[in-house]
Amino acid sequence: MYQYDKFDQAIVDARVEEFRDQVNRRINGEMTEDQFKPLRLMNGLYLQLHAYMLRVAIPYGTLSGKQMRMLGHIARKYDRDYGHFTTRQNIQYNWIKLEDTPDILADLASVEMHAIQTSGNCIRNISSDQYAGAAADEVADPRPWAELLRQWSTFHPEFSYLPRKFKIAVIASQEDRAAMRLHDIGLELVMRDGVLGARVFVGGGMGRTPMIAPEIAEFVKADDLLSYLEACLRVYNRYGRRDNAYKARIKILIHELGADEYRRQVAEEFAHVKTLGIDPPLAELERISAYFAPPAYEQGLSDEIDRSNPAFAHWVDQNVKAHKQPGYAIVNISLKPVGGIPGDASSDQIDLMADLAEKYGFDELRVTHAQNIVLPFVAKRDLFTVWQALDAAGIANANLDLVTDIIACPGLDYCSLANARSIPVAQKIAERFADAERQRDIGELKLKISGCINACGHHHAGHIGILGVDKKGVENYQLTLGGSGAEDVSIGKITGPGFDEDGIVDAVERAVEKYRAVRVEGERFIDTYRRVGADSFKEAIYG
Amino acid sequence: MVDVIRFRDDAANDQPLVSVEALSGQTNATAVRLESDEDARALLPYLNQLALIEVAFPTFRDGRGYSAARILREAGFTGELRAQGDVLVDQIPSMRRCGFDSFIANAPVDQATLDKSLNRYDHVYQPAADAALPVWKLRHG
Ligand code: HEM
Ligand code: SF4
Repeated sequence: MYQYDKFDQAIVDARVEEFRDQVNRRINGEMTEDQFKPLRLMNGLYLQLHAYMLRVAIPYGTLSGKQMRMLGHIARKYDRDYGHFTTRQNIQYNWIKLEDTPDILADLASVEMHAIQTSGNCIRNISSDQYAGAAADEVADPRPWAELLRQWSTFHPEFSYLPRKFKIAVIASQEDRAAMRLHDIGLELVMRDGVLGARVFVGGGMGRTPMIAPEIAEFVKADDLLSYLEACLRVYNRYGRRDNAYKARIKILIHELGADEYRRQVAEEFAHVKTLGIDPPLAELERISAYFAPPAYEQGLSDEIDRSNPAFAHWVDQNVKAHKQPGYAIVNISLKPVGGIPGDASSDQIDLMADLAEKYGFDELRVTHAQNIVLPFVAKRDLFTVWQALDAAGIANANLDLVTDIIACPGLDYCSLANARSIPVAQKIAERFADAERQRDIGELKLKISGCINACGHHHAGHIGILGVDKKGVENYQLTLGGSGAEDVSIGKITGPGFDEDGIVDAVERAVEKYRAVRVEGERFIDTYRRVGADSFKEAIYG
Repeated sequence: MVDVIRFRDDAANDQPLVSVEALSGQTNATAVRLESDEDARALLPYLNQLALIEVAFPTFRDGRGYSAARILREAGFTGELRAQGDVLVDQIPSMRRCGFDSFIANAPVDQATLDKSLNRYDHVYQPAADAALPVWKLRHG
């Protein structure tokens, strides 16, 4: 894992003092809430329905046991004993007091963490593949590139007041576990003639107008990357409109200009920017990469797993994934117990996951965009012990990628922008499909819920998506089918009129039963939907 | 009298500001105002004759002026580059990094707060229009 040097630490420490000063000026009345708002929003501090909400950055979703334990400490000391892991691989605390925030940031800085650029119209936390460094199918580890981007984008003087928020994802496998093409910029690392570089996709996003990013460059080499990205952002910053927040995302600009014209302008700007010498030498990428060297694997470990405990065997089948190192496995910890709040974890659960990472996982954890946690380096020999500990803490849910592994945004229970509640709908659907046998029979099904059109819950990318809308003051839910955030990326389509809270649960069940009735061998829900088409599903749902 | 915060030693330019459009007809104009939706590159043919370029910030959220400033400095402009409008004290350090060296802010700027924020960070991660060396340069020489 990356470790701060004295420069990184000095910058984060200065940030704590800066924010302490800003909070003091607010509390003393030297600043109005209006003046304070843009400052707190640069630091992930939102005013929500009941309290302040603080979003803490987990760069590319990677953290150590000590950092994870600090997240538990913050939940215990400053919040109500739990935190919420988000679709952007971060964590949010829902019950924060303004006057505590400088101390929270100081606690975070003591373990090389921060909340910088977790909100605001700037370059946000860089996201990546949660299996980075462990996946059998990666051409390289994407995390050094993500760290390079984290440093470059931190307090970038030109791009701190962009037209709108800006999200970048980096992956290095053909299998896309990070919804790469639904980001403002998506990078896919590829090898060409023995040289590692990036395919660059620009202009994806969800929200009100979901779009899949088109390819803008087929290959940018490492030592041109930052110049190329500055060119991409400068073209956007100069043209991007400010008059309408909904039309300010880069996806709208590229849609209006056309990908070819945008590509041409970026190429022109790049030719100029490249002369400025802003790219670090390759030695910097090498310096960072050294921190991500593979852990000290034990050689010659067995790949055998004793499957005599059936509950354990189910968990292994569903939540444990193949590793590139013989004798090791990737463990997914699902934070989706039936009846629970998707993505929430208690302080004790957070501590336990930290312990397990330290004892059995080379001190490393990941947060996934599906709001789960990953232990990326576990010896198969230790799987049963890990499972027992998770089971005792209520987080051995064997439902990864199944219908109850629901992504849901906080919705009207917390969020001031919400039209409808997301959490109770997620809970009702999970209860309806609680039967483990039935879930396994249904197979992979990505169900995603947003409480409003901002799409924080990625509903556009759900095989089944649910969108909360306000219908004359009553909460109403629209159903979308056919979306995907993976390498087969697509945007879901609305089936028809919306439903009330119980109606949406029934509608989901009818769609699932339709799939079960017409699927052919080996087909997932999404495959069947694509094969038979929207109409026959509509018929099943609306009769 | 408006308060100008200036980081230059030369005498202030007191010529009236002309618009970008008017500039092409006025070969003797030395001061111009760039609105936030205007293209900074339209000024490049005139940089030699200009002593002051004022860039408008109609709201603090409109960050187009940061790119305008860098483009002008990258093209070699060494005259006074002023940010005018809804300029917040906490934004001035980034504006300085983009090449602005004078400011007229709608709301009064507290000098002590400004001094503190200008001196807060010893290190930066990326090169810009100022002289600060990025940390990768300090790491690798
Ligand atoms: C609490 C959990 C939250 C999560 C996990 C979250 C995450 C996200 C994600 C993943 C998107 C999709 C952006 C895209 O791909 O285009 C999004 C969009 C958005 N979020 Fe959130 N967010 C959360 C809370 C909030 C809050 C509290 C606010 C506002 C106060 C907010 C405002 C927005 C807006 C306005 C958009 C739409 C952006 C656009 O497309 O223009 N979100 N958020
Ligand atoms: S989708 Fe809407 S309701 Fe849900 S968190 Fe985002 S802004 Fe709030």
